[in-house]
Amino acid sequence: MAQIFHRSTNLISRVSIYGAVLIIGGLGYALYTIAMSPWYTEQNLSRQQPVPFSHRHHAGELGIDCRYCHTSVEKSSFAGLPPTQTCMTCHSQIWTNASMLEPVRASYRNDTSLAWTRVNALPDFVYFDHSIHVAKGIGCTTCHGHIAEMPLTYRAGTLYMSWCLDCHRQPEKYVRPKSEVFNPFYEPPSGAKQLEMGRKLVKEYKIQSLQHCSTCHR
Amino acid sequence: MDSEGSQKTAGVVEQEPLLGPGHTFETVTDKISAIVLTRPVTPGWVFGFLIAFSLLMLLNLVITLLMVKGVGIWGIRIPTAWGFAIVNFVWWIGIGHAGTLISAILLLLHQKWRTSINRFAEAMTIFAVMCAGMFPLLHMGRPWLFFYLMPYPNPMWLWPQFRSPLVWDVFAVSTYFTVSLLFWFVGLIPDLATLRDRAKGRAGKIIYGILSMGWRGSAVHWSRYEMASLLLAGLATPLVVSVHTVVSFDFTIAIIPGWHTTIFPPYFVAGAIYSGFAMVLTLAIPIRKYYHLEDLVTMRHLETMAKVMLATGLIVAYGYAIEAFMAIYSADHYERYMLMNRLHGPYAPLYWMLITCNILIPQSLWSRRVRRSVPLLFVVSLVVNIGMWLERFVIVVISLHRDFVPSSWAVYYPTKWDWATYLGTFGLFFTLFYLFIRFLPMISIVEVRSLVHETGEDKPHS
Repeated sequence: MAQIFHRSTNLISRVSIYGAVLIIGGLGYALYTIAMSPWYTEQNLSRQQPVPFSHRHHAGELGIDCRYCHTSVEKSSFAGLPPTQTCMTCHSQIWTNASMLEPVRASYRNDTSLAWTRVNALPDFVYFDHSIHVAKGIGCTTCHGHIAEMPLTYRAGTLYMSWCLDCHRQPEKYVRPKSEVFNPFYEPPSGAKQLEMGRKLVKEYKIQSLQHCSTCHR
Repeated sequence: MDSEGSQKTAGVVEQEPLLGPGHTFETVTDKISAIVLTRPVTPGWVFGFLIAFSLLMLLNLVITLLMVKGVGIWGIRIPTAWGFAIVNFVWWIGIGHAGTLISAILLLLHQKWRTSINRFAEAMTIFAVMCAGMFPLLHMGRPWLFFYLMPYPNPMWLWPQFRSPLVWDVFAVSTYFTVSLLFWFVGLIPDLATLRDRAKGRAGKIIYGILSMGWRGSAVHWSRYEMASLLLAGLATPLVVSVHTVVSFDFTIAIIPGWHTTIFPPYFVAGAIYSGFAMVLTLAIPIRKYYHLEDLVTMRHLETMAKVMLATGLIVAYGYAIEAFMAIYSADHYERYMLMNRLHGPYAPLYWMLITCNILIPQSLWSRRVRRSVPLLFVVSLVVNIGMWLERFVIVVISLHRDFVPSSWAVYYPTKWDWATYLGTFGLFFTLFYLFIRFLPMISIVEVRSLVHETGEDKPHS
């Protein structure tokens, strides 16, 4: 009887069936790459702020310490966003008429807060405490990236649980001497040296590096 | 040929034939393929399909409501955090086991009586597993995160909880579904090729052509087919035992009285085969009547299935008896109360109905007259189906609603949405089944043709 299908179906069927494994694998790989990509995680994406605040200028060029604005980082779970008064400590004296700073002055005049857009925000089901991390030798730039080189603030890490676990499972990869915690220009030593120093510091600072679920999911 | 059963001839017991008299290779193929290709769609089929389809739409509605409002629309509360969803899950999965037993284990045991029932029994398994699989997904608080149960590379760097039988279920049920589907499909290939060759319309030729994967009927193909069937049967056989064992672990791993018992794995597997054969009978009896298949699915088939039901029913009866005995013999305060609660508590009528349906009524199958009476068999199969559902209800709800601490005791009442979900899964099952009867050969042409040789009708009459 007459053939129902063209001869080419011989090839098509073989390619599609044997290739199915590759196709599915490829799809899986593609999905994984997308999920880890900055497009999905919104890393390196600077967000619209009420004032285009430059950490590069203030923390980098002027050398203002992180704690000048983020005051509660050593004591509290939340590092703190500065009240307008903190901005006005300088900007009542310099750049007093700059149009870029008008929202700051308006906020001061009207006694209303500046509505900053959070760049590093964890979901509500995660409990994160800044003070313990800072106390045990995790530097600001370890998690927040080269903040002193950012003209506009963006998130440097994915903030995925795997990103947190990477350090929690091996803190010796990231810990730094306590004196360097607030140094925005600190460059960690490479590879083996970091691990060597890290292991020493983990012991010295008694870093427990808790990994059970209820540490963060309270 | 005497069709009244076996007769002794000079010390040799002659078995009743498995195929009605007068069949040749041609007539077998004609009969089965005609149902799909030439027989017009009857009002009966349309009516049944419409009912099934409306129930499927009900299922759609319930699932939407579940996604929007959550599992609180069901009757589950503390302490009965598992209600109909798990009862129905176990019930459907149990039903599926008969198809695999018929297809796989009876193949390896060379039981020729499986040939005319295995195709639709295996289809029943696949559709039952699909219905069962809905419940673990739907009963989750966040069903859209169901994939958390799979070990895929995730941004949380977490494995699923491998210590949990609920995760084992994921592997067991998905393996079971995959292997059953493969086995069923491979077995279908020569039959699909038959349909392809006999199809009148272009659409039929193309669709059956694609599905039959280029089957030529050559010796090489047949040899591979036989080998593949044996291999798949070998793969599927342990699944019959392991899948329902893993499902029983959902309960045995817990500590509450009535659940934490080692009898569960064999008891559940026997119960699964019991309910599965009951469902096969419930399906086979109407099908053979409406499609005039009495010569293919003979009285011998029905009687044999009834005997399997009786045997597994006795194992299940032993399970109930030993549970009761151990509860008393253990002298454990909580175990004994669990038993008393079953006998006298708020759900006692259901427990006694269970004993009636699963133990008492099926004892009628000892009687040859009952086994060979089609209407009575149908009734008994329905009774067993109900009984097995009640068994799962008794196990899940009665143990949960009163366990160790009396201040936590409560009574579970199913809501209308519980019933709607359950009925909805019947819609899914029967929609698929009606479509299967309509578009695929519900009896294995290949396997029944092999019986023609046995009954000697392929030889020319002298």
